[in-house]
Parts: sequence; C-alpha cells; structure tokens
Amino acid sequence: MLAYLIRRLFNAVVTLLVVTLVTFGVFFLVPKLTGSDPALLYVGKQADPVALAGIRAKLGLGDPIMLQYWKFLKGLVIGRDYSSGPDITHCAAPCLGYSFKTNQEVWPLLTHALPVTFSLAVGAAVLWVVMGVLFGVVSALRRGSIWDRGVMTIALAGVSLPIYFTGLVALSIFVYGLKWFPNADYTPFFDNPVKWFTGLILPWVTLAFLFAATYARLTRANMLETLGEDYIRTARAKGLKERTVIGKHGLRSGLTPLVTVFGLDIGALLGGAILTEAVFNLRGLGYFALNGIRTNDLPVILGVTLFAAFFIVFMNLIVDLLYGVIDPRVRLG
Amino acid sequence: MSIGSATPRPYLEVKDLTVRFETDDGIVQAVSESSFSLEKGQTLGIVGESGSGKSVTSLAVLGLHRTRSNAKVSGEIWLDDQELVTAGDEDVRLLRGGKMAMIFQDPLSAMHPYFTVGSQIVEAYRVHHPGVNKKAARERAIDMLARVGIPQPERRFNDYAHQFSGGMRQRAMIAMALVNDPSLLIADEPTTALDVTVQAQILDLIRDLQEEFGSAVIMITHDLGVVAELADEVLVMYGGKIIEKGPALDVFQSPQHPYTWGLLGSMPRLDREIRDRLTPVKGSPPSLINLPSGCAFHPRCPYAGRNGDRSFTEVPELRGDRHKVACHLPAEDRTTIFQQDVLPNL
Repeated sequence: MLAYLIRRLFNAVVTLLVVTLVTFGVFFLVPKLTGSDPALLYVGKQADPVALAGIRAKLGLGDPIMLQYWKFLKGLVIGRDYSSGPDITHCAAPCLGYSFKTNQEVWPLLTHALPVTFSLAVGAAVLWVVMGVLFGVVSALRRGSIWDRGVMTIALAGVSLPIYFTGLVALSIFVYGLKWFPNADYTPFFDNPVKWFTGLILPWVTLAFLFAATYARLTRANMLETLGEDYIRTARAKGLKERTVIGKHGLRSGLTPLVTVFGLDIGALLGGAILTEAVFNLRGLGYFALNGIRTNDLPVILGVTLFAAFFIVFMNLIVDLLYGVIDPRVRLG
Repeated sequence: MSIGSATPRPYLEVKDLTVRFETDDGIVQAVSESSFSLEKGQTLGIVGESGSGKSVTSLAVLGLHRTRSNAKVSGEIWLDDQELVTAGDEDVRLLRGGKMAMIFQDPLSAMHPYFTVGSQIVEAYRVHHPGVNKKAARERAIDMLARVGIPQPERRFNDYAHQFSGGMRQRAMIAMALVNDPSLLIADEPTTALDVTVQAQILDLIRDLQEEFGSAVIMITHDLGVVAELADEVLVMYGGKIIEKGPALDVFQSPQHPYTWGLLGSMPRLDREIRDRLTPVKGSPPSLINLPSGCAFHPRCPYAGRNGDRSFTEVPELRGDRHKVACHLPAEDRTTIFQQDVLPNL
C-alpha cells in the first residue's frame, strides 16, 4: 500500500513536470517563433528601448530557453529573485511570475480566486450528484415509463444546452424578471454564509443542471446494467427485500463507476469553470484565465493552466486511491 | 399436512406451468404446460439444451420472474401445501432462500463482487433469522463454509469471490444456498464452470448434503452423466415442453424419445471404442417465439413423417405410466428403432 502510494505520488509529480515543460514550451517558445516579444507585452507598445532592455534582463528573456525553464522551475519550488540592476525583487515559492498587465504576483492572485471557484464547484457538485443519481436510479427502476422518458428528455436538453444559454436564461428569469435573487456575487463564506449561499445559488443550479443531466444518464445506464447482473438475481434468490436488493446490492456496483467520472469532473472544474464564472461574473480561476487570454497575459494563463493540471492530476490520484478501497478487485501493490 | 384430501400432495408439485415473456419480437413461450412433482429426499434431473426451458422452470418455482414487467407465469406450483403462483410477493420472498434455495451456474458472476463471501452468507442467513445477532450469524456462516469443505473458513470468510478458485467459489455458493437448511434445493448447472475433478467433488458434496438434510433436489443440467449419477427421476425438456419423463434408470436404459436418443448419442464415453465422431443432434434448438408446428422436434427428427403427417400438425401428448413420452411413433416402433438403430451406435 505504501509502496503503491509512493509510486503513484512519483507518477503524479512526473506528470506535473511534463505539464510544466509543455506549457512553458508553448508560452515561451511560441512568441519566440512567431517573432513577438514578451517584453513588449510586459511594458506596452510605446516603451523606450532602455526600459525594454531592462525588462528583458530582469525577466531573463535573453537567456537560453533551457535556462529560462530551469529558473521557472526553481521559482516554483524555492522561489526566485528578479534583479534589474540595483533593485532585486524576490518572488517567494511557488513563484509563477508577475502579471504582464498589473505587475502583481500571479500566485496570490490565483490563490485568492481559488475559494470562489472552489465554492462554485463544490456546491454545484453536491447538487448534481444528488439530483443526477436520484433521477438516474428512479429512471432505471421505471424504465420505459413516462417518468423515464421525461427525465431522459430533460437530461438530453441539459447535456446539449451550453452554460452561456442556460445561465443567461436563468439570469433573465430569476434575477431580472422575478427578482428572486440578487445579481450573482461572491461573498466569502466566513464573512457572511447567508450571502455566500444566496449569491451562488444561481451559478450552482446552472452548472449542476449540465452535470446532473450527464450523471442521470450515466446512473441510469449503470443501474440498468447492474440490475441485469447475476448477483442481483442471487440477492433476490436469497429472499432479500427488493429495497435491499436495489439499495444495497444494486447501488453499490451501479454507483462505483461514477466515482471516476466525479473525480475528474471536480478536478477539471477546480481549474476554473470558465463559462459559468464569465456568465455570472464570478472572479474565480476561470475568470482570470479568460482575462489572461483576452489580454495576452502569459504568466496568468500559465499559472491557471498549471493550477488546472494540478487539480486534475491530484483528483486522478485520489480516485485511484479511492478505488483501492471501494473496489476489492483492484489490488494496490 | 393436507387435511381432507384423499392423497397427500407431493412435497413439490408443479402443474401445467407455463411461462411466457413478452418481447419486442413477439411472445416467447419459454415453458408450456409442464407438470412434475418431487418428494423430500429425492432428486429430479432436468435435462435439455440451452433454451429448452430448464432454468426458466426453476426460476418460476423460486418466483424470480419479473411478473410485474414482461413475464407471465400461469399454472400451479405447490410447495409443502402452499400454492406459490398466486401467493403474494412477500409470502414467496420469505420462502425464497429459506425453504427453497438455489445454486447458480456461474458462481463468479452470481456472487456480488463488492461484498465479502462471508458477509453475503451472513446476509442470506439473517434475512430468514432476523433475531440472530451478527456474531452468531458469522459463526453459522463459518460453520457452513467448513461444512462444504472450504479450508480455513475463518480466514476465507473475509475474502471476496474473485479471491476464490472456481471450485471453492461453487462450494461457497452451496454454503450460501444451504445456510437456512432449505427443504428444496435447485441446482442450476452447478458444475458447468468447473473442471472435471472438481465437478465430481461438487456433485459428491451435493449428494452428501442432501442425505444429511433430507431435502428435495432439482438438478438442472445438460450433462446426462450428472443426471445418471444423481437423479431418481428425469425430465427431458425440448422447446419449453417436457418430452420424456420417468425414473432415471428407465430413461437411461430404454429412452423413448428420439431427442433423448440424440442426447445420449452426443455424449462422449470412455468405455466404448473410439469411433470417428460423436453423433450430435442435427439442427439447432427451435425458436421459442415461433415453435415448429406439431411436434416441436420434427424438423430435427429422423423419424418424423413415418406415420402420416401427424408430426407436422399435431402436438404429441405426454403419455405413459411411470415412464412418459411425447412422441407420435408407436411404442413398438420406438423399441425396434432403439434396439436396432440407436443402441449399437451409442
């Protein structure tokens, strides 16, 4: 078990290293190849050559690419100093550099955005898992009924309608039309839990609708498959109550595959729910990613990408470990 | 038990059992008007190809068909003077796993992959013994595992089905079926998934346990050797109907139905000279949605049409005294054919 854990952790670190290499390559090599100058992005178009040279020296843009990568990695792990002649700015680890636009350190920017994304993702996840599983199971049990068809039609709509449609419809009905909710806004949970909750309801529901639809379909398919298994017949043959047959024997294997999907979905969302955050104007990681892309702010994009990659790798690890517990056929070792 | 009736009812009596499934392609007539009975301590062998209705019959006895959806079960099933087809779901559920239990074919898929073997046996025990605490149920399960010959039962209790070997898994399955001392045990091809040496062990085990518990056993199989070894009575099923039925010895020594001859001919035997090939029953099992007219076996029967076209138009009745057969051939013809054509080639 411990050996397995160490091996998996090692794999995760290697994966992340590869991700840094690729993203670094894309973000620092591409401007070089296309002839655009990151330093220009940093200081603006009308910069005088002296300032430009200073920036170049400070960011080390003149260094060989591998050295730049090495410094970047070093910054991530132990922090780095940016020196431009006399004044030295220290960027503490994990250092993701400075925003080209605002000259702020990227790491604190992102860690401040994280609670927003985290609140959004976790709240929505609770909603969509409960709804998706509930509707999926009932549909499977009432296969072919009006209920089943109704739920599956709505689920199909849920899967097909994009967030920027459902989100805007929700906004125009519940915020501007019925005025049931204030305009979505993020209030930190510890400042005011009630406002945190009311401010996030609409984004939660919108995001959860999309995922609940997928989960309902998945749950339905898994349950139908499970209920056709021989061991379900065995459970009935033992004289178990139908409630136990479905609720214990059925759900246990019907829901296990959802763990994988759930882990990856949460991992992906923690890296920023770009559309939802944009529609509801929530300043989470997705919002900064979008802003970064819009303004060519390479360090921010790089930072968000690494964050997102980290969460996916991390959740993958969690899912793998969890499987060792929930599926006895998976041997850790 | 049966007060007032002239002859006591057999322990298990199945009368005119018919099971149909409504599917998109039409109605599947899985079992048609089958009747048989069985006493405690006796073993009934049900033989036939896949799709002949053997498993459907046994699942009907256990009440495991989904009558709320597409399955229709009619006829009568009497177990210990209680009628099961018309009984309430809850009444049948309480008998299931208690008074009547089943050993399934493929124990790997018939056991839940996510629960330990022990906990599944405990569960089976506690449904029918609600007052028993976990510790006592655990002891009972371990005791059963030991009884079916699983070494180190305390340790194996906590293992999962995939950690057992095929034979051990089938033993565990038997332990689970027997945990409530059922008086009717249905074994659905219990040895199909096992290799030959293990097969013999499992059959011995079932026989020993039957002697110990005195239960009635239905042994479903396509392996005539198994039937010959264990059964007192034999039913041969074809296309959802019983086509031959009688004491096992009679059916083996003087089989009456051409299909039974075919089954015997397709059995490998070590005590005979090696001829060029086994003689399989030609053709394939009939579609249960569109059964052939008349005798369902006529498309594959080498003797169909011997006496007019009755085989093609008229469904033969199951006739006879102790040894019954559903065949249009006159009895004396069957005897001559068997003696002259069939027996020398077996």
